[in-house]
Amino acid sequence: MALPAHVEPLERIWFYTFRVICGLIFVFLIGPILVIIPLSFNAVPYFTFTPEMLSFDPAGYSTKWYMDFFTNPNWQGAVRNSVIIAIFATIASTALGTLAALGLSRAEMPFKKFFMALLISPMIVPLIISAAGMYFFYSRIGLASTHLGVIIAHAALGTPFVVITVTATLVGFDQSLIRAGLNLGANPRTVFFKIIMPLILPGVISGALFAFITSFDEVVVVLFVGSYEQRTIPWAMFSGIREQISPTILAVATILVMISILLLTTVEVLRRRSERLRGLSPT
Amino acid sequence: MSADTNIDNAPILTVDGVPLKQSLQRALRQKRRGAFMLTLPLLIFIFIFFVAPIADMLFRSVENEVVAQNIPRTVAALRSWDETSGKLPSEEVFAAMVEDIKVGRKNRTIGKVARRLNYEIPGMSSLFRSSARKVARIKEGPFKEALIEIRPQWGQLETWQLIKRESDKYTASYYLAAVDARFDSSGSIVAEPEERQIYMFLFGRTLMMSLTITLLCILLGFPIAYLLATLPMRYAALLMILVLLPFWTSLLVRTTAWIALLQQQGVINDFLVMLGIFDDNDRAALIYNKTGTFIAMTHILLPFMILPLYSVMKTIPPSYMRAARSLGATQFWAFIKVYLPQTLSGMGAGTILVFILSIGFYITPALVGGTSGTFISNYIADHISTTLNWGLAAALGMMLLALVLALYLLYDKIVGIDNMKLG
Repeated sequence: MALPAHVEPLERIWFYTFRVICGLIFVFLIGPILVIIPLSFNAVPYFTFTPEMLSFDPAGYSTKWYMDFFTNPNWQGAVRNSVIIAIFATIASTALGTLAALGLSRAEMPFKKFFMALLISPMIVPLIISAAGMYFFYSRIGLASTHLGVIIAHAALGTPFVVITVTATLVGFDQSLIRAGLNLGANPRTVFFKIIMPLILPGVISGALFAFITSFDEVVVVLFVGSYEQRTIPWAMFSGIREQISPTILAVATILVMISILLLTTVEVLRRRSERLRGLSPT
Repeated sequence: MSADTNIDNAPILTVDGVPLKQSLQRALRQKRRGAFMLTLPLLIFIFIFFVAPIADMLFRSVENEVVAQNIPRTVAALRSWDETSGKLPSEEVFAAMVEDIKVGRKNRTIGKVARRLNYEIPGMSSLFRSSARKVARIKEGPFKEALIEIRPQWGQLETWQLIKRESDKYTASYYLAAVDARFDSSGSIVAEPEERQIYMFLFGRTLMMSLTITLLCILLGFPIAYLLATLPMRYAALLMILVLLPFWTSLLVRTTAWIALLQQQGVINDFLVMLGIFDDNDRAALIYNKTGTFIAMTHILLPFMILPLYSVMKTIPPSYMRAARSLGATQFWAFIKVYLPQTLSGMGAGTILVFILSIGFYITPALVGGTSGTFISNYIADHISTTLNWGLAAALGMMLLALVLALYLLYDKIVGIDNMKLG
């Protein structure tokens, strides 16, 4: 959108005003996330820039909040729980979601629309309602305040993402490849691992990443279904903010932002690779 | 089937002698079953661990076994009492109540009844609790006089009408409470007195605040989506990262960032004081009120508006605008008359998506909303963990769910759930 030389002054002014407005909105979008990074190196337990920090005095900076995060058993337990719960929830939702997506993308699938809506519902229902329902129901069947309960709950929340991404990858999938494979003497297992899997792998991986981040960032359900023993990083952050807010939370937040950047890059690379492989976009 | 291919009307047979039609149908059935079997494990999983909990919650919002279970004798005796007769129940009912309270006190179950009835008429809890302490004194009849002597409330019709009404297995009273109404003593539905009407106000506030947040998202999201859609691809891809990074960052991290920025001793207030806009002793209250919820939630939901808008704007050919300009429209009118109408489908999708997500928000309002900026979800959570009125929590939750599902159907009509995209 370059500006031609002949435009009127009014349009010229509007053109630059528009860009400034957009710049401000971008600052609004990204600013808060960037600001917490320097704040997490604050030497004193304040949530703002001290004069020492602004004059770039090394004494104004410190890594003690990171030290606290890496040594405090409260946080370390949270990290362990987060990783365990997210990994198992991801495995469960990826396996179940991929299978379901394979079924749902077949032309012969009966009541496709209804089942799709049902399987996507964990994404639609407000989290507080899922959390409350799970809290009541899991208490009845003895799953409340157990790791298994939280894993199952997170797996249920993660499956829609896997179903959606894998179904999207299967849109351009040529079903006759399966018939060709079977025709040439492969058994269904071989067909799945040698033909289907390599083609849908990018979708499966990005679905799995979505499921992982869903579990890793999820806080409402774990607040209700879990207890201190099942505390995850978001659980610990939430109770930390409510009780006494320490800059360790900002250090944790910074680490989480780094993880998000890593995941975002992976998903983007995968998405482009998948589109290139299927010839959907020339980029 | 046309006549010339099937002259003698005999069905076409496959090699093994089965009519082709039948054979094809069987193959189709097998395929359908195959597709369904692949989906079945997830269906079962979602059904048990997601649908059943919500169904359980629906059941809880009408379930009402506490009274019938814990004072069974009274409930049985009350069956023959006509609550519209204007007379107190018979001596037999009072005797049953004394017995029930004695047993309930021993089993420590009378407190449940007290708490349940107190939701309906405040004061019921203390009536039951104090009666439970004194009822051991009553050794023999007449029980009616003895009970009324302990607490005169036992002599009021209203008390017994309430107990009779709540002795059914199912009740609508949680839903009535959720819409600020209740049964009066004669059993007809009346509105709660003005000062006790809170939930309709809360639903209204949730909707109004969500609407404001959605409008803010359109206002801020439209220019960004337009810029991204019109810039050359390589710049747009870079700027897109600035939209996707917040989208991928944990909601709690972003809420934490806003707490750090907005609080009284936070970055923004320090900056405003430095600029001299606010006095150091009179800093702006940007958080723990509605303002905090507006700012933080708009930030969190903005990518959900930008992404659908962007994907629609991407498909609008720039030549349309050029055509409008060359036909004499000013930049402004070309935009209003030609460009804007074409973005409406994306705006509709983004609006409903942001609105659906917004009305169910819990974490952000809980952390930055104080008391004036909280949503209905926060009260649901409160009833579950603090006041323990699970029936009311379930009723409020079901109403919220119904609202979300209605909006979701609308979304499906406009966009189609199959077109839902991620990232």
